[in-house]
Amino acid sequence: MEHIVIIGNGISGVTAARHIRKLSDKKITIVSAETDYFFSRTALMYVYMGHMKFEHTQPYENWFWKKNRIELLKGFVTAVDHEKKTLILAEGKELAYDKLIIATGSKPNKFGWPGQDLKGVQGLYSKQDLDKIEANAPNKEACNRAVIVGGGLIGIELAEMLRSRKIPVTFLVRENSFWNGVLPSGESEMINEHILEHHIDLKLETNLVEIIADENGRAKAITTDKGETIECNVVGLTAGVTPNIDFLKDSGIELGRGVKVNRFLETNIKDIYAIGDCAEQHEAIGNRRPIEAVWYTGRMMGEALAQTICGKPRQYSPGHWFNSAKFLDIEYQTYGWVFSERSKQEHESHFHWRHASEKICITASYHKDSKKFLGINTFGIRMRHEIFDRWLTEERDIDHVMQYLKDANFDPEFYSHYEEEIISKYNSVMQTNLSVQKKSWKRIFSKA
Amino acid sequence: MKAIKNLGLVIFLIGLAVFAAVPVLGTFSLDQNTFDEIVKEKNIKSDVFIQSINENVVGKDFNGMLSLSPTISSALDAANNQHKKNKEYNKVIYTSGHDMAALVGKKSGTGFISQNKGLMWFLSFGLGIIGALMFILPNVILLGKKGIKNDGVYHDSATNRGWIAWLVFIFLVSFYLILYFRPEFAVNWTFLVDPISESLSGNPAGHWFVYGFMYCTVMTVMAVRMYIKYRHNVYQVVRTTSVLFFQIVFAFLIPEMMVRLQMPYYDFKNAFPLDYDFFFQWNLKELLNSGGIGLFILVWGIVLTLVIVPVMVYFFGKRWYCSWVCGCGGLAETLGDPYRQHSSKSLFSWKVERWLIHGVLLFAVVMTGMTLYSFFTESSTIFGIKTQSVQNTYSLLIGAIFAGVIGTGFYPIFGNRVWCRFGCPLAAYLGFVQRFKSRFRITTNGGQCISCGNCSTYCEQGIDVRAYAQKGENIVRSSCVGCGVCSAVCPRGVLKLENGPEEGRINPTEVLLGNDVDLMDLVNKK
Repeated sequence: MEHIVIIGNGISGVTAARHIRKLSDKKITIVSAETDYFFSRTALMYVYMGHMKFEHTQPYENWFWKKNRIELLKGFVTAVDHEKKTLILAEGKELAYDKLIIATGSKPNKFGWPGQDLKGVQGLYSKQDLDKIEANAPNKEACNRAVIVGGGLIGIELAEMLRSRKIPVTFLVRENSFWNGVLPSGESEMINEHILEHHIDLKLETNLVEIIADENGRAKAITTDKGETIECNVVGLTAGVTPNIDFLKDSGIELGRGVKVNRFLETNIKDIYAIGDCAEQHEAIGNRRPIEAVWYTGRMMGEALAQTICGKPRQYSPGHWFNSAKFLDIEYQTYGWVFSERSKQEHESHFHWRHASEKICITASYHKDSKKFLGINTFGIRMRHEIFDRWLTEERDIDHVMQYLKDANFDPEFYSHYEEEIISKYNSVMQTNLSVQKKSWKRIFSKA
Repeated sequence: MKAIKNLGLVIFLIGLAVFAAVPVLGTFSLDQNTFDEIVKEKNIKSDVFIQSINENVVGKDFNGMLSLSPTISSALDAANNQHKKNKEYNKVIYTSGHDMAALVGKKSGTGFISQNKGLMWFLSFGLGIIGALMFILPNVILLGKKGIKNDGVYHDSATNRGWIAWLVFIFLVSFYLILYFRPEFAVNWTFLVDPISESLSGNPAGHWFVYGFMYCTVMTVMAVRMYIKYRHNVYQVVRTTSVLFFQIVFAFLIPEMMVRLQMPYYDFKNAFPLDYDFFFQWNLKELLNSGGIGLFILVWGIVLTLVIVPVMVYFFGKRWYCSWVCGCGGLAETLGDPYRQHSSKSLFSWKVERWLIHGVLLFAVVMTGMTLYSFFTESSTIFGIKTQSVQNTYSLLIGAIFAGVIGTGFYPIFGNRVWCRFGCPLAAYLGFVQRFKSRFRITTNGGQCISCGNCSTYCEQGIDVRAYAQKGENIVRSSCVGCGVCSAVCPRGVLKLENGPEEGRINPTEVLLGNDVDLMDLVNKK
């Protein structure tokens, strides 16, 4: 019986294992040093905030693995010997494989800051990081202030976590507005305001210079490139992530920033594959990045690879881009491509609408000549994935999207609707005379 | 703000302490006239009992129910034993000792409590309400910006099965045990709400009135909490208003006023088989003897169960009843909201749930079948089984212990829908309709789920919502009561409760949205 070994029990590895089991009778082993069982990394913040217990982050009950004959091995892989098809584990143990899937995810970036390895300095990625933050910042008495370095999604989540325990937070962001390398300016500004509403000390265009230790080797303050010294007990490093592949350095597997793979998720070495955050496409797919550190792409790679391994070769071919996040209280969804002013191409134009008082806004992007709809960002309004996916496939123009926006609304029942306001602004900006079309179940469920 | 909250907590606890102490306090002295009235009213033929009470109770002062109750119970037991021995069955008293003690206590309360009803009401209910509101209202400011407010739920002893939760558990269970099995200890509570009862129905309050009044009070106060906690979520606000309205108007005010108008006491929204004694002989007889309104209620009750309930479930899902109208649901969604995360999501619990709830439904249907058979044939047994004893068993095990003591008492430990999930026969019936013939579903939003588990954690019905959402599958489950909290707590906007066409309600999940594969290709290769 062929033995499939998967390194990493995150969403990619576990999805691959589940689908291989669905399709075949192969022997499956998942190796992880992080936790005994699969958990949802995205939910770690809710454990610290007291919304959930750690066990709630585990999507499958503990009996699930045995029942599905997926062996779980707790151990740390130190090297891969592809000639002998063997993994070397810490403490010298070995594990033979027939096919190997590398799904080791990411690790937080550290850019060589002085003091970056002091006690009280940490990222927020793993279960161990959760345990650390619980120890480092149990309450506002033990942690008088935390400084977070890096204005991305994990940074703002860490800020939200600490604020849930009333710990004062200083948030250093390199850019002149939060996440404006990704978000268009209107949205980025709205999030700046929201961050301040949550009493987070947001410092834009500010970089970390040094983390200063106390006599016990614990962080006690940081200095910034603005010459400021900020006393703190905890420093959160959240300046992005990088593939977690140090153990593969001398393995002969081709590495870039991540493990280089083709569209079938195969590495340069036969019977070794890589999926999820740690995989790097030789060539980016569409507008996507070569390394996609996103929950659902990990899942999709796992699904695709399981097919390949079970004899039905299937490329990883993600459909239209989508994603979501939550900035404190504001939900964010995106479908298709909406680029920030910094990175958008010349032909991309934006229509932006923002509610007069609430933190609600949308930005729709379109081709400035053809008016072809390219994508939408929504803040504080939920949208129906299926509808936008269809509109993107059908290459609708932005007028169509604006008229039928009610079909795409996914907010709970009885919520206020803003389509009228949106379209009236659209009409005045675009010199059109469109009107909102009523929601139609028939359209929503028609399989075009 | 924090200070107001803490002061409120102290005031609430004083009110609670008074309420908890009242049952064992007070003075009772039964005079001859009152006792003669009771004898007449209850048609008591036991000379032994009458003599015993005349000698040991009448004209004497009793300090608290703890001394009165045993005296009456033992007199009653002794009398009954003697009559049974002498085969004087016409003299046996079939009222239980506890009910008799409650009756005597109600008519003979003379102490401070019965003479200062208003004051005592204020010191118990009044302080409780004021204190609770002082504890809750500052949250408008303390909770900060609108949004999901579950910070610290699992750090707090009250909501994480800590010692506070266990104290609440003991209090609730004790309260229900008194209500169902020791009504004499509720006598003093009835005094507190006598003025309210008299103004509604014209009658002094019984212990079920205390319960009804308290139910409405608790729901109202805790609804204020819901309004504040979910103020960003219009669905929750509207739904809370709806359950509150149906409880206060339909379950409480209308039945009381019907009594004043000489009509049968009836809750128009309480559908059979939740209203399990609707077809009991005594009820049918009362309805049939109540003229036009009785007949109307009879027809309404039947139409409600057979037509209105399933048709509404077809269009809106069982939520229209379970989380918009029902009283049990109403309490669960207000008082029970802080405990919703305790419902077990394990597969084992789901198995237990299916056996239990359908077992109770079967029990209710069989019992009702026997009841109707007995009613029409006027025979008291079927295959040698006494209909009455089956009814009594159901009333005790399901009506009192399951729905009351366990259903509500266990809120802080097993979550707020223990009864609705594991026991309610109406929920089981609605569940069949919802599962197999309904437009209701919780739509999963394509591939947006990140498996975080908030939806599953906060599902009060113990549905592992995430298991569906992460597969891109819509949630069509018989047990879903449509409270909408999974959708509210989802950080990624993945879930939406909606009523739509039946076609496509249970969606195919062969390919999750996002992975772009040629579908025909996939089908051909299979």
